[in-house]
Amino acid sequence: MDPDDARDWMATKKSRMLTDKLMPLEEAVSKFTYDGGYLAMGGFGHIRVSMAGIYEMIRQRRRNLVIAGKTAVHDVDVLIASSVVDRVECAYAFGHELRGLSPAGRRAVEGGKVKVVAELSNAAFQWRFKAASMGLPWLPARIMMGTDTFRYSSSKVVEDPYTGKPICLIPACYPDFAFIHVHRCDKYGNCQIDGTVIEDKELAMAAKRLIITTEEIVSEDEIRASPDRTVIPFYMVDAVCEVPYGCHPGNMPLLYYSDEEHMAEWLALSRTEDGVKQYLDKYVYPVEDFAEYVALVGGEKKMGYLRRLERLEEPLSAPWAKR
Amino acid sequence: MAYNPTELMASAASRVLEDGKSVFVGTGLPIIASMLAQRTHAPNLLVVFEAGGVGPKIPAIPISVGDSRTFHKAVMAASMDYVMSCAQLGHIDYGFLGAAQIDAYGNLNTTCIGQHENPKTRLPGSGGANDLGSLCWRTIVLMRQDTRKFVEKLDYLTTPGYLLGPGSREKAGLPRNTGPYRVITQLGVMGFDPESKRMVLVSTHPGVSVKDVVDNTGFKLIIPDHVPVTEMPSAEELRLLREELDPNKIVIG
Repeated sequence: MDPDDARDWMATKKSRMLTDKLMPLEEAVSKFTYDGGYLAMGGFGHIRVSMAGIYEMIRQRRRNLVIAGKTAVHDVDVLIASSVVDRVECAYAFGHELRGLSPAGRRAVEGGKVKVVAELSNAAFQWRFKAASMGLPWLPARIMMGTDTFRYSSSKVVEDPYTGKPICLIPACYPDFAFIHVHRCDKYGNCQIDGTVIEDKELAMAAKRLIITTEEIVSEDEIRASPDRTVIPFYMVDAVCEVPYGCHPGNMPLLYYSDEEHMAEWLALSRTEDGVKQYLDKYVYPVEDFAEYVALVGGEKKMGYLRRLERLEEPLSAPWAKR
Repeated sequence: MAYNPTELMASAASRVLEDGKSVFVGTGLPIIASMLAQRTHAPNLLVVFEAGGVGPKIPAIPISVGDSRTFHKAVMAASMDYVMSCAQLGHIDYGFLGAAQIDAYGNLNTTCIGQHENPKTRLPGSGGANDLGSLCWRTIVLMRQDTRKFVEKLDYLTTPGYLLGPGSREKAGLPRNTGPYRVITQLGVMGFDPESKRMVLVSTHPGVSVKDVVDNTGFKLIIPDHVPVTEMPSAEELRLLREELDPNKIVIG
């Protein structure tokens, strides 16, 4: 995207007017996401990721999305398995970190159902969003050079006019729509995030449409009482949806830890297409909204356990671990 | 005291790390090795995670390099831009990497087995590996050793080692005086010859012969005249690994 076109987009499609953007998630997804679009998920694959947004896209049967496979873990796995995503720009995808490889994601790529359209690194993806957030066409970086990762990226190497050394130019990335799950925000979309922000400050600025899901809606006064805590200001945001536990089964830092029993169930079921169907028919398709989903995965009792786990008051059990 | 190969790898990796230095760590064994170093000879080892955790007091094994354990009582909960910039600026001494394939120059593949367009096995991709391999002063590779993994030619070059040999990294534009430092497997510890930049055997693990290592390497490994035996994990290291660092045997088995 030409930086002048990006400027035009921000000037005309984003509003600097303080307006109430509260809406049901169903409405936000139907309004701001579309088939064939380029999607980016905030957070870190299974950490502070908007699973609520993902389930809603699955329910609305979005198709043929390209995803920014930046630190993508459970998010991309579920989106691939449910046929929402069919192309991936890959920095990290098809893996579940400590839990091993992702059966569904791997199967889709190895079987040709999903195409990997580019390779890059985590820092490269981050700096693509950063370039966009700065209104620049690219950002220079000293990574990827000399590797196949570079060859499969859309970056270029040029001679730095100052040092004469080769330097990698990483092109800006403006996702068509992005979801970012936050700890709290007001109805206008002024957001606070506790803990590491990963790359969400930059992603929020780069995204053409930004849907915020939040654990909690707070008052504007509360935001204004500590403005240094605002990571995403309202004028980046298109929709605000209140979804407590909206990151389950992922980890919402300082609130609840990841649900490893649920992850184990997914990893076991997603070994086959039938299993994926079983999972979606149980947890996603028949569910009206996220509150119903929370009840289905164990309700307050389970959420209480995950909160204690997060506070290190319970030992972690990892049912997927090899013994 | 009996130990398993993963415990030995954790011990050997932790001993490479020095007190007062910084290390960029990935999921699993690198975290265990770094925590072990902090609890033994390197209490001031600065641990950095790619999601933005800087200098945490890691209370339990994180499942993700982005989860809340990675900034527990940290000096800073920052962003990926911040920590990757720190690495590019020269603040990160060591970086841990893993791989499905490695070649004689320490180049790594974590992207695919077979052709990229039609892979036999699709792997997760670079993640932060290319960044660490490009930007940390020294990288340490932890992986299993056999002839399918230690290969003459990679199926895909994800992360730079010494690329084609001496001077190759600098010629490509990567920061000077950086590159792979140690490769630690279930069989031994390898390093890199300062002249040719090819992999050289540093030590064999107890009970492993030089021939075992050579037989499990798909390229010509440089074998020095004298190859010492890797020091065994101490009783205290094993106690820490089993009782404190990974009591549920999630990583060390």
